[in-house]
Amino acid sequence: MAEMKLSINGEVKRVSVDPAMPLLWVLRDFLDLTGTKFGCGLGLCGACTVHLDGEAVRSCQTEVGKVDGRKIRTIEGLAADRNHPVVRAWLDEQVPQCGYCQSGQIMQAAALLIKNPKPSDEDINAAMVGNICRCGTYQRIRRAIHRAAQGGQ
Amino acid sequence: MLAASVNRRDFFRASSVGGISLVVGFYLGLPTRSAEADVKSEGPFTPNGWIQIDRSGQITVLIEKTEIGQGIFTALSMIVAEELEADWSHVRVEHVPVTDAYQNMTTGGSHGIIRSWMPLRRAGAQAREMLIEAASKAWAVKRETCRAESSTVIHQPTGRRLAYGALVESAVQLPELNVEVVKLKDPRDFRLVGKRAERKDLPAKINGTASFGIDVKIPGMLYAVVARCPHFGGRLLKFDDTMARAVPAVADIFPIDPLPRYENTAGGVVVVAENTWAAIQARKKLKIQWDKGPRGDESSASLREAAQAQLSGPATFVAREDGDPDAALAATARKVEAWYELPFQAHATMEPMNCTIDLRPDTCEVWTGTQWPGVIQQQLSRLSGLPGQSIKVNCLWSGGAFGRRGQWDYTAEALQIAKKVKKPVKLIWTREDDMQHDFYRQLSYHHLVGGLDGQSLPSVWTHRIVSTSIREVFDSPEQLKDSRRVASQEMAGAADIPYFVPNFRNDFAPLPSAVPRAWWRSVESSFNTFVVECFLDELAYAAGKSPLDFRLALLREDRKVTNPMYTDQVCDTARLRTVLQLAAEKAGWHESMAQPQGRGIACYFGFDTYVGHVAEVLVENGAVRVRRVVTAVDCSTAVNPDGVKAMIEGSVNFALTAILKGEITIKDGAVEQSNFHDYQVLRIDQAPEIEVHIVASAERPTGMGEPGVPPLAPAVANAVFAATGKRIRRLPIRAEDLK
Repeated sequence: MAEMKLSINGEVKRVSVDPAMPLLWVLRDFLDLTGTKFGCGLGLCGACTVHLDGEAVRSCQTEVGKVDGRKIRTIEGLAADRNHPVVRAWLDEQVPQCGYCQSGQIMQAAALLIKNPKPSDEDINAAMVGNICRCGTYQRIRRAIHRAAQGGQ
Repeated sequence: MLAASVNRRDFFRASSVGGISLVVGFYLGLPTRSAEADVKSEGPFTPNGWIQIDRSGQITVLIEKTEIGQGIFTALSMIVAEELEADWSHVRVEHVPVTDAYQNMTTGGSHGIIRSWMPLRRAGAQAREMLIEAASKAWAVKRETCRAESSTVIHQPTGRRLAYGALVESAVQLPELNVEVVKLKDPRDFRLVGKRAERKDLPAKINGTASFGIDVKIPGMLYAVVARCPHFGGRLLKFDDTMARAVPAVADIFPIDPLPRYENTAGGVVVVAENTWAAIQARKKLKIQWDKGPRGDESSASLREAAQAQLSGPATFVAREDGDPDAALAATARKVEAWYELPFQAHATMEPMNCTIDLRPDTCEVWTGTQWPGVIQQQLSRLSGLPGQSIKVNCLWSGGAFGRRGQWDYTAEALQIAKKVKKPVKLIWTREDDMQHDFYRQLSYHHLVGGLDGQSLPSVWTHRIVSTSIREVFDSPEQLKDSRRVASQEMAGAADIPYFVPNFRNDFAPLPSAVPRAWWRSVESSFNTFVVECFLDELAYAAGKSPLDFRLALLREDRKVTNPMYTDQVCDTARLRTVLQLAAEKAGWHESMAQPQGRGIACYFGFDTYVGHVAEVLVENGAVRVRRVVTAVDCSTAVNPDGVKAMIEGSVNFALTAILKGEITIKDGAVEQSNFHDYQVLRIDQAPEIEVHIVASAERPTGMGEPGVPPLAPAVANAVFAATGKRIRRLPIRAEDLK
């Protein structure tokens, strides 16, 4: 057990947990930030994607002891801006079905657009291939990313 | 038939704490598409859904269908809002509280929309007429001079207006109208149904606030995982938990028994901890010895071998026989013969199974994602000994279902754990648990023989299905003596082929297995339609005809074909022709395509809906790339056309996993796959372009959750043949089958 100060969505959160615990379970079980989802536990599905200093990472593969002092953003933090272009595009394209994987999809897409504001289909494939959607919303995800890249057009 | 007024008053009183509301009840019935009889209650009308309008004008539709991603909350509330002349922005949807009055409530079989259409229209119209009546009384004018629009009643001669919220108090004083005589809107006047609507559930699903079963937290709750016996039918022999107990935050470790047949749980060792991670870590440190059980030597190879014997042995059930197929086979000079096989498939919902439970001496409350809340309530009552009214089931959003959440095994396990823990507990399945303890799509093997007559049309068609019957999993030995019952969920898509063949037989022989299986999106049609639509292509090729022309020739007469297994399913060949022709036209079927590219076509009728798919593939480097799918669908009235499109897109992508990727195999009576590295699913880089064309219709809307799945595999396999000349007779497609 260790005392940790985490910077999450611009706020400082204190937790006392095993530093080897994945960030995913700290967010979900200790901080009630349940928008970040458990899907596979092996970094294979992307449902747990969050931003660490602006980069998309799998929180199920990220030990909480290693993120002390770094900036963590979850879906709750990103979507607090209701005008976020990715969030808006997701609604405009009516992307989700069951919705379970969509937090991870949105976080991955937002990270892609920070690095690459005008991604091609191939860029989208490369960035999003780690995020599984069993409902099969991939075509809409692709359209929503292009829409967000074009400022909502 | 309708004693609704009594019930409405009762419900009205029960809910009056929240202020006065106009409440109109409705009943959404059971699907008939099952082996069980459709038991219809002869008692008084008991609503299982309500429209509730409060004084602020807020309209709440309470329905018993669960939202599993299919968009049912939106579609059903659109139907209500249409007849109610409601302002769509004032409408919200909730799941009804599950009490013992609604034990049959279930979401599956793509029946939600077809079963709800008339009850919801009538209920919406009834509420509308009561509000108009209240307004006309308030103004002391003739009701014929008033009309409703956008949650407002308007007196036409004077233009006076009263909002619904302001009319609630007087409307509740009115006697309830007989819904049978309430006038429904002319579909030509629909302003909501048939237009794109934004889904009611999406705002919460894009900002992290949507609460799924796995997100529930209640005060003092502990977290549990189970180390389950991996061998189906096996048992726990002994375990050593010394190391596991040393993990900090572990609260308890204890064994639970398997619950055979009805729940089909595996039993094993439970680890309870103060957080999920600690429970998972401690489980890894358990040392467990399992008894593999009587079926511990079962493997994919042993099942395959057993299936070969059943393919050539006697049938236990004949679903349909026309003419004299044996004589016709003996007489035919042009015979085509083929064997097909399809593996077990996992549902692999993105949200693994889970259930949170608070068991008290006199009550039990659970929170979970489910397709069958009624049966959970019923079974937990049986397993806990508590009366039905003491069990409360809270239905949360389901992170995918596809049939998997028609089971209640995970809730039964949660109850077993709660009995020991005596605190609220959340049972979580890891991905590995979910992959290895699913209720899989059946494994099936097929043998087909067809013959062509002098005009190169099929004179005979025989099809033997050998599959691991779903009923074998759930039914008693006594019930399984009924050979029709054993085959009852194995034949659709094969016994009801819509093509005219004068001599025809479709029969069945069982393939016993210890592997649990149940309903997987489109169930038996997922394999039978692959086999039938591919074999039809083989016959078309033998006849020297184009796959499209051959199909249209065999469907040329307008006929109604009844499914012998589900007699409420009647295919209209004219409507099937329409979707085939529309898909072909929109796909540019007649434009040439050079190898190794190819185009394939297939069609399907089931779940009351007609679907035609054209798939375009490119085959190179030993792999199939599906580039484009063009779909025509006739689901009668498309309530939310964007939702219809979403269901086709989802069905295509779901089917592609089983066509190109996923397969569950068995060794030592256990599943060999464990996570998304060895059970591969479709990802965005292989998701094709999809175009959906909806056939215009004003008929009663039909189901969309499943019918897009079955015809995709044959469309792709037929496209592979066009691209390479290789017949695909087993799925998923393997590199060696393309050589």
